[in-house]
Formats: sequence, structure tokens, C-alpha cells
Amino acid sequence: MIKNISNLGDAAVYCDFGSEVNESTNAKVTDHFNHLSKLIKDKKIEGITNLTPSYNKLIISFDLTITNYKKIKNFIEGLIIHREIKNNNKNIKIPVCCDDEYGLDFSRLTEKLNITKDKILELYFSKEYFCYMTGFIAGMPFLGDLNKNIRCDRLETPRVKMPKGSVGITEQFANIYTFESPGGWNIIGNTPKKIFDDKNLDRPALVNPGDRVSFYQITKEEYLNWNE
Amino acid sequence: MNKTYFEILRAGVNTTIQDKGRNHLYHVGITVSGAIDQRNYTLSNKLVENQLNEAVVEFAYQGPLLKLKNGKINFAISGDIFFQIIRKNFEVEDGDCYKSYILADGDQIDIISTKDYAYGYLAVNGGFDLKKTWGSYSINTKANIGPNNGKKYSLNDKIFIKKSDTKNLSKKYINYNYFSDNIIRIIKGTNFDYFSKNAIDKFFNEDFLITNLVDRMGVRLRGPKLKNIVSTNIKSEGLVRGVIQVPADGNPIIMLSDHGTVGGYPKIGVVIAADLDLIGQLLPGTKIKFKEVSLEEAQNIFKAYTEDTNKYLNECN
Repeated sequence: MIKNISNLGDAAVYCDFGSEVNESTNAKVTDHFNHLSKLIKDKKIEGITNLTPSYNKLIISFDLTITNYKKIKNFIEGLIIHREIKNNNKNIKIPVCCDDEYGLDFSRLTEKLNITKDKILELYFSKEYFCYMTGFIAGMPFLGDLNKNIRCDRLETPRVKMPKGSVGITEQFANIYTFESPGGWNIIGNTPKKIFDDKNLDRPALVNPGDRVSFYQITKEEYLNWNE
Repeated sequence: MNKTYFEILRAGVNTTIQDKGRNHLYHVGITVSGAIDQRNYTLSNKLVENQLNEAVVEFAYQGPLLKLKNGKINFAISGDIFFQIIRKNFEVEDGDCYKSYILADGDQIDIISTKDYAYGYLAVNGGFDLKKTWGSYSINTKANIGPNNGKKYSLNDKIFIKKSDTKNLSKKYINYNYFSDNIIRIIKGTNFDYFSKNAIDKFFNEDFLITNLVDRMGVRLRGPKLKNIVSTNIKSEGLVRGVIQVPADGNPIIMLSDHGTVGGYPKIGVVIAADLDLIGQLLPGTKIKFKEVSLEEAQNIFKAYTEDTNKYLNECN
């Protein structure tokens, strides 16, 4: 299932599941992630410090004082991992206000894509998205796939400060800036919903890999009065 | 009884609590954090007879001015630091790093500046009275996780101290050697082949300058532009400490403790584990060179690094 295993420096293993980004490749990554997470929790393998699943890769970081590349690689190659068929992943609904003061990049998008703002919103809100991975900043979900007519490159010059809650799109993907941060995605709105909660120790990220997400539009009044 | 604490009379530029770091959370986007220079962090704890994974105060460039309230403590500072102890009667003594001191009620520690390296560590016997979040005391200022609401310290903040034992401690000392030739050893990255033959030659043979754009997230370098002949973007994937990413502008960026957990720029190399303390400590304006080593060599160098650390720890016994 893993196409290639190599070392990323001297303290991490790099598992490549193939170059295509789609749900089926990503499901293999998620299966390996879940399987290994359980083995770590049950103390069946020692020295692993982090697992980082992404679209089509899994990076395994380890403590060089406890283990090494060869040991982890052999362990991974010996694993038999079955496809998890259970489908108990959540379907999460996220409110977005798309008024121009929150949707920062509509003029860029309408010009580049040659369609109206209304059409962009119609295509964006009519789809359900799949969460490929979470990361970069705490709790940021990487969702896909966008309708082909609203796919656009990153900003030429990334913003130094992206407002917290910004909802962005780039290429086939959508995301949410869970904290104020630098960033280069095209911003179409902002959500008042808490996407990352450090008080929720077991599940701090609202959206996790494998979850389904749909967005719905709210007015500025609803945005300002949002209460959770 | 009133609790012992440091009152912050000057915060310094980047004063936080750090430890070994926070693991098993990359997959939710929470980075490892932890002390930039893990060896000096460990030694500071050893000097005050703490468990080696106790929380310490990390500072950079200009450090904090701290006044001790309601107690007496034993402390030590590691790093390349200019600091003074201002006694309650206003007598001033210059402090030596890698040496433990007794501080009495009302005394102050003035960490004036770091010298040839950027980061320093202040450990107190008994440790600080703080709560762990996800198994670590480290402050992550990007996601506001950890003590002090996940923020760096500012004026008038307090740092509470657990019970410090000043009776049974002998004075400790380590003779630390900071010598470095500033050659950073790396292992080829997963996108090494994305770069032109000419770029690879320059990468290993020319100097790179540490720019002013350095913080706990990473180090931006300036030097010869590294020409990418395949693609300047990859599908976002996980990062680890030490990864050297090269964006479209051709200037490398090295990931440190607070790096983003995923990134979409090609990886030309990864700094070996044994050289991570050093690369994080270098000041803007320092020139470095990269040298390639094999995985096996890196593992041997790491063994030697661990033995060196143990040698310093043993000096303290």
C-alpha cells in the first residue's frame, strides 16, 4: 500500500502513498495513521513521537535516543493494515459570512475566474467536502474538492496577517484559518464558529481527517450575534 | 504561606517557558515547541539538581529582569549570557553561566543580553509551579497553548516557583565549550532532485547568511539563489525540525521548534539531529556552510553528541 519508504533526515520516516491526491489514496494514509496511533497508545512500539498524515504522505517522527530509521522502517513494512470500512466520521456544518468585509478576495476571484460572486457562492455552498488533513496551524482543515470552476492559484504575495476565522480556497482545496497567521489562500468569507478549542483536550480540532464538511451562508447580523 | 514567585520588571524580547516539547499532536496542527537548544536546556536543570525534563525560562537576545518575592531559591543560567545579580542591598555581582547561585527574598536577576549565541535558559531548583498542557509545559505563542495563556511574558507578570531547596545543595559548575565551525551537517531532502546541478554545487560550497528573519519558527537564509528545475510547489505534507524548505524565491528556510506542521515547498535537505541546537542558536549575520552526511554518519554523530551531553552532566555530579 505504501509506494515508497525513505528517511526524512535522521529522525523521521517518510511514507509515500503515490502522487495522486484523491480520497482513495488519502484513505490509505488515514488507515495507516489510525493503526499506528493505536499501536503507540497500546505501547506496542516505542520511540515514535509524532505521526503527520497529509494528502498522500505519512511522516513518522521518532526519538533518536530510543530507536532509529531501520527499526521503524522494518516495523512499518511488517504491518498488515486492513481498509477500515466503518463510516462513523462526522458531518460538520460550518456557518460563513461572505460580506465583502470578510470575503477579502472576491474582486481577484471574479476577475481570474471570469464568473460572478453569486456564482462562486452557489458553487461553493452546494458541495460537501472531505477533510484530507489537519495542520499548518492548530486545527486548520484541508478540505476538497472544489468545483472545477472556482479553482484559483494562491495569492502572488501572501498576506502577513490573515484574520482568524477566514475561509479560504486555492486550487482544488478549501480551508479555515483557525488563528491569525500569515497565509496565501483566496479568502471568500469568515466563520464565527470555534474550529479549534484547546479546552477540549481529547478532540481539540473540530474537523479531523476523514470528516465530511458542508458550509452554509449567514448574514452579518447572524455573524455578529453568533454564540456558542 | 505566601507563594514564592518572580515578578517581571522587564520582560525581554522573547521570554517563555520551555521544556522537551509536546509530542503526538502534529496531526492536529500543533507543533512540538520545546527549548531551541535542548542540550543547554537539559544542563540548566542539572545545575540545580532538577529532573532533566523540568520547565525552565527560555529567553533570547535581551532577557528579563526578575525580582524574587516571598522566598529563597537556588538557580542557574545556561547559554552565552551576560547577567548580573542585584542583591536587596543594591550590591551588584556579575553572574557566571553554568554555575548555581542562591537568590534571597528581594534579590533580582538582570539578564542583560545574550552574547555570541541567541538563546539562554534559567532553571530554578524545584521547578516552576505551572500546569502541563498535553504533556508539556512549553508555551506555544502561535496557538496560545501552555502557561501564561500561551503568550510570551510581559511586564508585571508573575512566574510562580515550587518549593526550592537551598539547604542541601552544593554549588554546581560545568565547564561548557561553545566552539563551533558553523558547518551545518545535512541529509539530502526528499526533493533534492528538484534542484539544478548548479544549485546543488552552490548549496554545498558557498556561504549562507542567517538573516534578521529568525524566530522560534524558523531561520531564513540568504545566499546564492537555489534554482528549482522541477516544481516550486509540492502537495502540502508534514514537516519536522531541521527541514530546509526552498520557496520559489530560491532562499532556504530551516524549520525550528515552532514550525508549521505541514508545508508545500520542496525540501532540499534536513539538518541532522545533532546540529539542531547549534542552528537555532546562531545570530543574524552569521555565515554558515552546509555539508552532506549519510544517514549512518548522522547516527554516529548523534551518538557522539549524546556522549558529550552525558560528559557535561557527569561533571556536575
